[in-house]
Amino acid sequence: MSDAFSLSFNPLGELVVRLADDSLHTKAVVVRAFPIAEPDRSISILGVEGKELVWIDDLSTVSPANKQVIDRALQMREFMPEILRLDGVNSFSTPSTWRVQTSRGPTEFVLKGEEDIKRLSTNTLIVADAHGVQFLIRDLPALDRHTRKLLDRFL
Amino acid sequence: MNASLSANANFMLPFEWKASASAQLSPQENVLAWLEVDLDVQLQFAKGLLIVTDQRILSANPRASGPEWQCWTLQPGLVMDHFDYAGVGTLSLRSISEQIAVWRFTLNHNVLAMRLQEAFAARVEVITHGRALQLSVAARCPQCKLPLEVEGDECPVCNREQHAPLSTWGLFRLWRFGHPYRWQLLAGFLLTLASTAATLVPPYLTMPLMDDVLIPFQNGQDIDHDLVVLYLGGLFAAAALAWVLGWAKTYILALVSERIGADLRTTAYEHLMRLSLEYFGGRRTGDLMNRIGAETDRINVFLSVHLLDFATDILMILMTAVILLSIDIRLAAATLLPLPFIIWLIHVVRDKLRTGFEKIDRVWSELTNVLSDTIPGIRVVKAFAQERREANRFRDANKHNMAVNDRINFVWSLFSPTVTLMTEVGLLVVWGFGIWLVSHHQITVGVLTAFLAYIGRFYTRLDSMSRIVSHTQKAAAGAKRIFEILDHVSSVPEASCPQKLPTPLQGRIDIEDVGFRYGNRAVIRGLNLSIQPGEMIGLVGQSGSGKSTLVNLICRFYDISEGAIKVDGIDIRNIALSDYRSHIGLVLQEPYLFFGTIADNIAYGKPNASRQDIVAAARAAHAHEFILRLPQGYDSLVGERGQGLSGGERQRISIARALLINPRILILDEATASVDTETEQEIQKALDNLVQGRTTIAIAHRLSTLHKADRLVVLEQGELVEEGNHDTLMAKQGAYWRLYEAQAKNAEADRVKLGDISRKEDIV
Repeated sequence: MSDAFSLSFNPLGELVVRLADDSLHTKAVVVRAFPIAEPDRSISILGVEGKELVWIDDLSTVSPANKQVIDRALQMREFMPEILRLDGVNSFSTPSTWRVQTSRGPTEFVLKGEEDIKRLSTNTLIVADAHGVQFLIRDLPALDRHTRKLLDRFL
Repeated sequence: MNASLSANANFMLPFEWKASASAQLSPQENVLAWLEVDLDVQLQFAKGLLIVTDQRILSANPRASGPEWQCWTLQPGLVMDHFDYAGVGTLSLRSISEQIAVWRFTLNHNVLAMRLQEAFAARVEVITHGRALQLSVAARCPQCKLPLEVEGDECPVCNREQHAPLSTWGLFRLWRFGHPYRWQLLAGFLLTLASTAATLVPPYLTMPLMDDVLIPFQNGQDIDHDLVVLYLGGLFAAAALAWVLGWAKTYILALVSERIGADLRTTAYEHLMRLSLEYFGGRRTGDLMNRIGAETDRINVFLSVHLLDFATDILMILMTAVILLSIDIRLAAATLLPLPFIIWLIHVVRDKLRTGFEKIDRVWSELTNVLSDTIPGIRVVKAFAQERREANRFRDANKHNMAVNDRINFVWSLFSPTVTLMTEVGLLVVWGFGIWLVSHHQITVGVLTAFLAYIGRFYTRLDSMSRIVSHTQKAAAGAKRIFEILDHVSSVPEASCPQKLPTPLQGRIDIEDVGFRYGNRAVIRGLNLSIQPGEMIGLVGQSGSGKSTLVNLICRFYDISEGAIKVDGIDIRNIALSDYRSHIGLVLQEPYLFFGTIADNIAYGKPNASRQDIVAAARAAHAHEFILRLPQGYDSLVGERGQGLSGGERQRISIARALLINPRILILDEATASVDTETEQEIQKALDNLVQGRTTIAIAHRLSTLHKADRLVVLEQGELVEEGNHDTLMAKQGAYWRLYEAQAKNAEADRVKLGDISRKEDIV
């Protein structure tokens, strides 16, 4: 498996893309096109000016070396903690502080208003906190009873 | 001296880090800044600490065994970068050739992070050059650069976002609206008291009727006709009195509640009008319409009907209890036995019902949202033949509504019969206990009848009280949603003591180091621009480069996150909004015409304008002639979105609107984008009239329309990349040149295509 591009990090921690025509692009960023609906497909690498350099349909077709760099780049850039459990809220009227367990560890945040909870589909929600961090609830019915009961007060 | 300073700085460190950090610091070290980060490098939530001292950078990573410290000595060539993306801020430390360390944090800590970055840069500057680059002139807020009186003061602009939770006693907050009518309310209350008392007289009279008239008759005595007339007269008088009093109280309280409801509605709407565009951007029209319309009405009905009933019920229950107790304590105790149960039941069910009704409200808003989404977009729906899908969406929302209602109906349909059952059981107890008491000659038959008569009323009241629970909870849910609007502080607050704009305004605009964040996306970054009075600036850039945002910031539709915008040297946050905006003329790509006549629409910004002024403005906007061609001239009604007029005509009306207020600052946001070339020329002529002598900021996609601009400013991803006039920018061969070339190529391609067509037509 050989890709038409190769990825690496330079000592400054910037992502460098070398394309088939041997051109070098530093400060590139890796983004997912469908971060929620289909995280492991449709990945794009953009240049510093926002121009697309590489489009990857399926991450599994990429060489292991490149995939490792992509994973690292995504890990450093992506931040959408998934709410696994809602431990408690201080008030059922907003603004309300939520204590949550997320895929990235326990934290708490302030929900400014009910409209900051957005429904992507029937079972998937996005909760934005007062500072713009977005928390994901991937599958509402899969959460535990306590969490669903608390969430129900806001939905 | 040093040691004491250091101790001072240590004192400011967060408590849980103090001991551990002090152990790391040498006695001669001064803490300049610190930042508690809440994410680690892998973006997991974990608390860490970053300290900048006058000698080193220290960083603590939490480990199970206690914090793990790392440190780097400050030296020339070290740079600390700060940036943020998707709600996560990053500080990275690097030398010229490599990255040394990275710290991540959520934006709650952004202010401290920027302060730390500044402290670091200043200290490295001192170490490199042996002196500070420049002493900071005035204390400034680290986030928005607003000058502060004392260093370290809380910035009034940045700190207005407070997250105090609301009180759950939402309905009591309605008192704010009841206060102006307190005397009428008092009168209503007294009337309620009196009328309730009047309705309690008849059962009391059954007692002597029974004991003094009927029972003696059964025992062989004659009926005392005078006594009967007296008692019956008393019964009738009580009923008549109750009728008059009831009528008066209902009328007075209905009047008052109607006024309270109206006040609530107007206040909510007035408040809504004052909120910033940011608020409207995040809300859906249907939801807001629902809150102001339906929910204020629900509160109104609650106040006028249900609250009154409720008060009567409570009074009735209290008075009955007192009367019963005064007649016979034992029987009264038996009668009141089920009361605690019912109160407990009400309490249990109340919570369930309230959350349920809140839910119903939300679902109801969803339903209205579908409507307000679809109806304005009906052309798109029809064009793509998606009527069925929209109908299904509505059906789904409706189904959801039904399901939520079903669930709550189950609870409260069970509630009411349960209360009835309790009352029946209570009645049974009273009958049984009463018969036993009568048989032991403890009470007379008359007392028992009176008790049974009271108890009937008593329990029906309890029953209606149980019904009121649902109405109260509905109203409480409504009140909560109304107060959500009322409690929302505009993110574009009025200055507490506004500065007056000088008259006449010069129209000089200074944009200093402005940054703006929309949600978690930085839309404008570090932008500096000075616009001279009367100068025309063309804002150029690809779509999404922040042109419209910048214009919105200048109009103060949003407040900037960092930096300052000044007009004639005054920060626009210190100017009264209406004062400021009265100097701004805005012409948008999609002009919005309100329902009303054309004259009204032109005079929208200056309702007292004379007819001559309106006509003059229309003439200057090249709108006069087409208006005259309409059957009703200036009195023609234009519809909701100005249906019946073409895009160019609407645009010229909006130009006349801007001309009429004679603004010093003019903003043209793609004013000619949505019209054809010929109309564009007409509009361009109108605009040329408008622009004269005013500070103008024009956004245009077609670069050719900016030929009159004194200066062109090129934005790219929220940053100013080039400025200058057309020729210098072309000579530079930079961003502007690329844009221009791309457009020229398109135009060329169009011309070739058109040429092809006409040639083919020639052949045919």
